[in-house]
Amino acid sequence: MSNVVRVSNVTKSFRLGKIEVQALKGVDLQIARGEYLSIMGPSGSGKSTLFNMIGGLDKPTSGKVFIDEVDIAQLDAYELAWLRCRKIGYIFQTFNIIQVMTALENVTLPMIFAGMNSDAAVQKGMKLLEQVGLVDRHSHKPFELSGGQQQRVAIARALANDPAIILADEPTGNLDLTTGEEIIALLKRLSQQRGVTVISATHDFKMLNVSDKVVWIRDGRIDKIENREELSISIGRIGMRE
Amino acid sequence: MNERIFADFPEKTSRVQRLVVLPFGKSVEIAFKSIKVRFFRSLITTLSLVLAVSFLSFTDVSNAVANGMLAGRSPELRQNLIRAGYDLDPEATNVAASPKQRWIIILSLLVCAVGIVNAQLMAVTERFREIGTMKCLGALDRFVLRLFILEAGMQGLVGSAAGALVGAVFALAGGLIRFGGPAVQLVALTEVAASLASATGIGIGLSLLGVLYPALVAARMQPVEAMRVEQ
Repeated sequence: MSNVVRVSNVTKSFRLGKIEVQALKGVDLQIARGEYLSIMGPSGSGKSTLFNMIGGLDKPTSGKVFIDEVDIAQLDAYELAWLRCRKIGYIFQTFNIIQVMTALENVTLPMIFAGMNSDAAVQKGMKLLEQVGLVDRHSHKPFELSGGQQQRVAIARALANDPAIILADEPTGNLDLTTGEEIIALLKRLSQQRGVTVISATHDFKMLNVSDKVVWIRDGRIDKIENREELSISIGRIGMRE
Repeated sequence: MNERIFADFPEKTSRVQRLVVLPFGKSVEIAFKSIKVRFFRSLITTLSLVLAVSFLSFTDVSNAVANGMLAGRSPELRQNLIRAGYDLDPEATNVAASPKQRWIIILSLLVCAVGIVNAQLMAVTERFREIGTMKCLGALDRFVLRLFILEAGMQGLVGSAAGALVGAVFALAGGLIRFGGPAVQLVALTEVAASLASATGIGIGLSLLGVLYPALVAARMQPVEAMRVEQ
C-alpha cells in the first residue's frame, strides 16, 4: 500500500521572545492510504504542530513533508490552495463553521472554490448533509445548531470535494461524551465508505477504539507507534496509571 | 488503491491561476450576506461616512443655492445673501467654497477615513477565524481581499449616497427657511446633481481607501494563525 503522507526528519522551532522553543525535534512518520490514524499526546507535546505540518498549514524549520510523494514546501500559493481545497478536508475542535452562512452554504463553499457550478454543488451538498443526518436543518445558521450538529456540518464540508485525507484536530474536544462518540462513529463510517485517510490529533481515549494506528508524541518526538492489536493492552496500562 | 492524489493535478500552465475559483457573482453574494448579518456593526462603520459626506454635500448644495439666487441678479436677493453672512464683492456673480470651508471639509473627511480604517481593522480581527477557515477550504489571498473590498464598496455606496441626500435636503431646507421660496426655485438642478454625484464618489473612494490596509492584513494572514486565535 502506498504512503499518502510521509514526514521525514521534521523539526520546528518557534521564537518566543528571545527564547527558541523546539516544538518538534525530528519526527519521521509514514501514513498509509485509507488508514485511520490518531496522534495522541499531552498538550504542548508538539502534536498540533505536527498536525499543522501534515495539513500544509505550517512549514517545517527543517526536514520535509511529502503528501503523495510531493514535497509540499515546493508548492506555490495557488497549488497549496488547490491542495487544501481538493485533497484535504479539515475538521477543527471549535467547528469553525462560517457564522454568516447556512449549513448548506458552508458545505457548498469548498465546491464553489473547486469550480463546481451552483446547482451541482447544492445537490451534492444536500446529499452530504443527508449522510451526516442534517438534511432537514440545511437552511439553519450555525448559532441555531448544537455543537454536535455543527461538527456534523464540518464533517460534511470536509468531505465536499472528495478529499484523500481528512485532518481532524481534536474533533471531540468541545463535545460531551455521547455526542463525541457519535461524531467518532460517523467519521469512522464515512471514512470507511469512501476510503479516506483520517488523521486526527486528539487526547480523547474514545478515539483509540476506532483507530488503525496510534502515534504517541512526547516532547516533540514520537514516543511509540502502536497498531490496533497492541492498543487494548496499553490502554489498560494507562487506565491503571491515571 | 494506486490512485494518486496529484494525478488530476493540472500542469503548470496559464491555467494555474484558475485552479481555485470564486465567481464574482458569488463574491458579491457573500459580501452582501456578511453585511446583512453584521448589520449593526456595518451601520456604525458606515455612519461616520454618512456624516462626513453629508457635511460635504451640505456645503456644496448651500453654495449652489446661493449661486442660484445670485444668478437671478435681483439686488434684494443679493442683500439677503449678504445679510445671511455671505462675503460678496459688489461684482461677484458666484459663490465658491471659502478656504475655511474647504479646510473643515478636508478635516472631516480625514477624520472619517481614520474612523473607517479603525472600524475595518476591528472587523478583520473579529473575523480572523472566518478568514482562516476560508483559507483552509482553499481560498486564495485575493478572494479575501475581494470580499473585503466588495463589502466596503457596498457600504460606501449606500452610506455616501444616503449622506449626500441628507446633506442636500438640509441645505435646501436651510435655504428655504433663510431666504424663502426663491432659494429653491432659482437653484440650478444640474449643480445640485453634480454636488450629489461628487459627494457620493468621494465617499465611495474614502470607503475603499479605508479598507485597503485592513483587507491586506486579512488577506496575507496564514491559515494557521487564524486557527490559533482563541474565541
